[in-house]
Amino acid sequence: MHIQEELSQRHVLSLTVSNEAGILARIAGLFTARGYNIDSLTVADITDDHAISRITIVTSGPPKVIDQIIAQLDRLVPVHKVIDLTEAGPFVERELALVKVAGVGEDRIEALRLADVFRAKVVDTTIESFIFEITGTTEKVDNFVGLMRQIGLVEVGRTGVVGLIRGKEAN
Amino acid sequence: MAEKSGADILVQCLVDLGVEVVFGYPGGAVLPIYDALYNHPTIRHVLVRHEQGATHMAEGYARSTGKPGVVLVTSGPGATNAVTGITDALLDSIPMIVITGQVPTQLIGTDAFQEADTVGITRHCTKHNYLVKTPGKLAEVIHEAFHIATTGRPGPVVVDIPKNVQIATAPYAKPELKVHASYHPQTKADAAAIDAAVEMLAAAERPILYTGGGVINSGPQASALLRELAALTGAPVTSTLMGLGAFPASSDQWVGMLGMHGTYEANWAMNQADLILCVGARFDDRVTGRLDAFAPNSRKIHIDIDRSSINKIVDVDVAVVADVASALDDIIALWKQRNHQKSDLTEWWARIAGWRAKKSLDYAENGTEIMPQRAIADLYKACNATGKDVIITTEVGQHQMWAAQHFGFEAPNKWLTSGGLGTMGYGFPAAIGAQMGNPDSTTICIAGDASIQMNIQEMGTASQYRLPVKIFILNNEYMGMVRQWQELTYESRYSNSYSDSLPDFVKLGEAYGWTGIRIEGPQELEAGIRQMLETDGPVIVDCRVAKLSNCFPMIPSGAAHTDMLLDPSQVKGSMTDEAKALV
Repeated sequence: MHIQEELSQRHVLSLTVSNEAGILARIAGLFTARGYNIDSLTVADITDDHAISRITIVTSGPPKVIDQIIAQLDRLVPVHKVIDLTEAGPFVERELALVKVAGVGEDRIEALRLADVFRAKVVDTTIESFIFEITGTTEKVDNFVGLMRQIGLVEVGRTGVVGLIRGKEAN
Repeated sequence: MAEKSGADILVQCLVDLGVEVVFGYPGGAVLPIYDALYNHPTIRHVLVRHEQGATHMAEGYARSTGKPGVVLVTSGPGATNAVTGITDALLDSIPMIVITGQVPTQLIGTDAFQEADTVGITRHCTKHNYLVKTPGKLAEVIHEAFHIATTGRPGPVVVDIPKNVQIATAPYAKPELKVHASYHPQTKADAAAIDAAVEMLAAAERPILYTGGGVINSGPQASALLRELAALTGAPVTSTLMGLGAFPASSDQWVGMLGMHGTYEANWAMNQADLILCVGARFDDRVTGRLDAFAPNSRKIHIDIDRSSINKIVDVDVAVVADVASALDDIIALWKQRNHQKSDLTEWWARIAGWRAKKSLDYAENGTEIMPQRAIADLYKACNATGKDVIITTEVGQHQMWAAQHFGFEAPNKWLTSGGLGTMGYGFPAAIGAQMGNPDSTTICIAGDASIQMNIQEMGTASQYRLPVKIFILNNEYMGMVRQWQELTYESRYSNSYSDSLPDFVKLGEAYGWTGIRIEGPQELEAGIRQMLETDGPVIVDCRVAKLSNCFPMIPSGAAHTDMLLDPSQVKGSMTDEAKALV
């Protein structure tokens, strides 16, 4: 007997939650307990009084599972709202990465040229290295990191995705 | 404002919230609370023998009275021992508040004596949980905990209170209920969903009402409305294990329980229906059998207060997110307003009569052994004859299924069983809790010889509080359901499914000051049951039943509703790996 796996789709979920002890564990634990995937997860408080946090989760699964994930998140007591950005209409998503690249001579110049193409900023430099700051979609960051790997990638730090629905309304 | 200690604030909150009984066990980290409860004029504390017992007692109390059950245990092992009962309450949606002591705040995280990460451990087996770090927050947390446990889809809530928070003081005034702004369970259905449901019901040619524990949770009014809707539509009614009693078993429209050990007629009616109205049930795997063969030609309406139950396992055509009573009320009102009449269901009922004629619950008797089904049927008859209110609890296994099949329930809150988690050891403490909440009822735990031993220590609790509970053991010297599965799946290799070294249950009863009765043959059955029911105090009955009886009908795992096994001759003795891998 072999275990079958279903096809899955990438979804970006945006949650607003009460900023209280254990909320992140509650959400992360729900994903592990029910066997859902987390591709990335970001969290930070977003109100003046630090009462509400926004959590952005990139997950993947068949449509029925995504629907369950949303319903399960929604019934956690401290969760105010769950929006599936992927379903809710046009939205912007960004992540930020810090990319450390080492090299000398032509490699160093090529790294700067590519950074310019990707509109990455140099935020630290030594004679033999740069740290670039790049923001963009996951795909753009992936591409940049892929190119830098061929030049002399040392290490990467990524924030994971945050996203908002386009337009003037608050969601 | 006058200050009170955290322990006094807690006890005051319990009084304000109408708590009459607390099931608990003291220990180092709850000593201040126990001191506050000392000689308390209104709150009765039931001292259990093991914390798991306390949780199931609270469940039994809650399920039989409709009020939340309250548990009080100490930190560390007190809390971890409660975890099984907390999980049981989550799976069966039982309102329960568990107060756990915790080491003082400055020791949290230091691996202190009797420290366990209670909020971490119970995070995913509670509806919500709290660690209260200051006495000033305690009152609002306790009030919110009760609100969350009892509203929406009910469930267990844990409040972990460090010992220094119990001793420190804070100003106290009865708090306004302050609930998370994010907590707003939907109890009233969308009008469009009700409209669609009514029209589908009116148009159905082969409807069935598939009801569950949600009807019971919604309160007695929901059961009354269910009966009214059944009368208006003329549809057959089936129920899950958890929903038994919401619809009277004596009704002509009752087709029995559905699912793995449900009746032939209930499962065939589900399979052949053109409309299923699911009322407070959740398409559990015990109910659906093989999913791709489940009710293949039906449209489905699902009433559930928890949106996450809808489309979780079976996709439905109409989702009615609401409290059962509210939704049924709306459906009935619209049905009457539109002046819908009962459809002509003659042909549908004729087909059901055909399935009924199979008499799927029948069993063969040999005259020398007590068939377990007979023991339940006789118990039912004798209970009816007393004219008293009877509450039945069960453990988990064959006896549980036989009780569900052969004991008829007429009213809600009279049948207490562990459905979702399937917790052996649930039934006896649940009976104690039910007896506490219903002192005038006859409370009987139908048990197996194996599962009764899982919380048998609570016999002392029943003795201490003079609770006249009855334990009726169907003793076959096996973990019968495990043995039955081994016969179905593993060519009858009885790996560890026999009961060796059983205690003498009669002597055990006597050791606790109970009455012990042994019933050894069919000729003793009626008199033994009568003696049990006529004895004032607690009674344990060791009823020796046919050892190798199995529970039929049965839908084996991985099979469709239409592939029921009706009797032992249909058992093949082995299964495919795919079927073996299912629970």
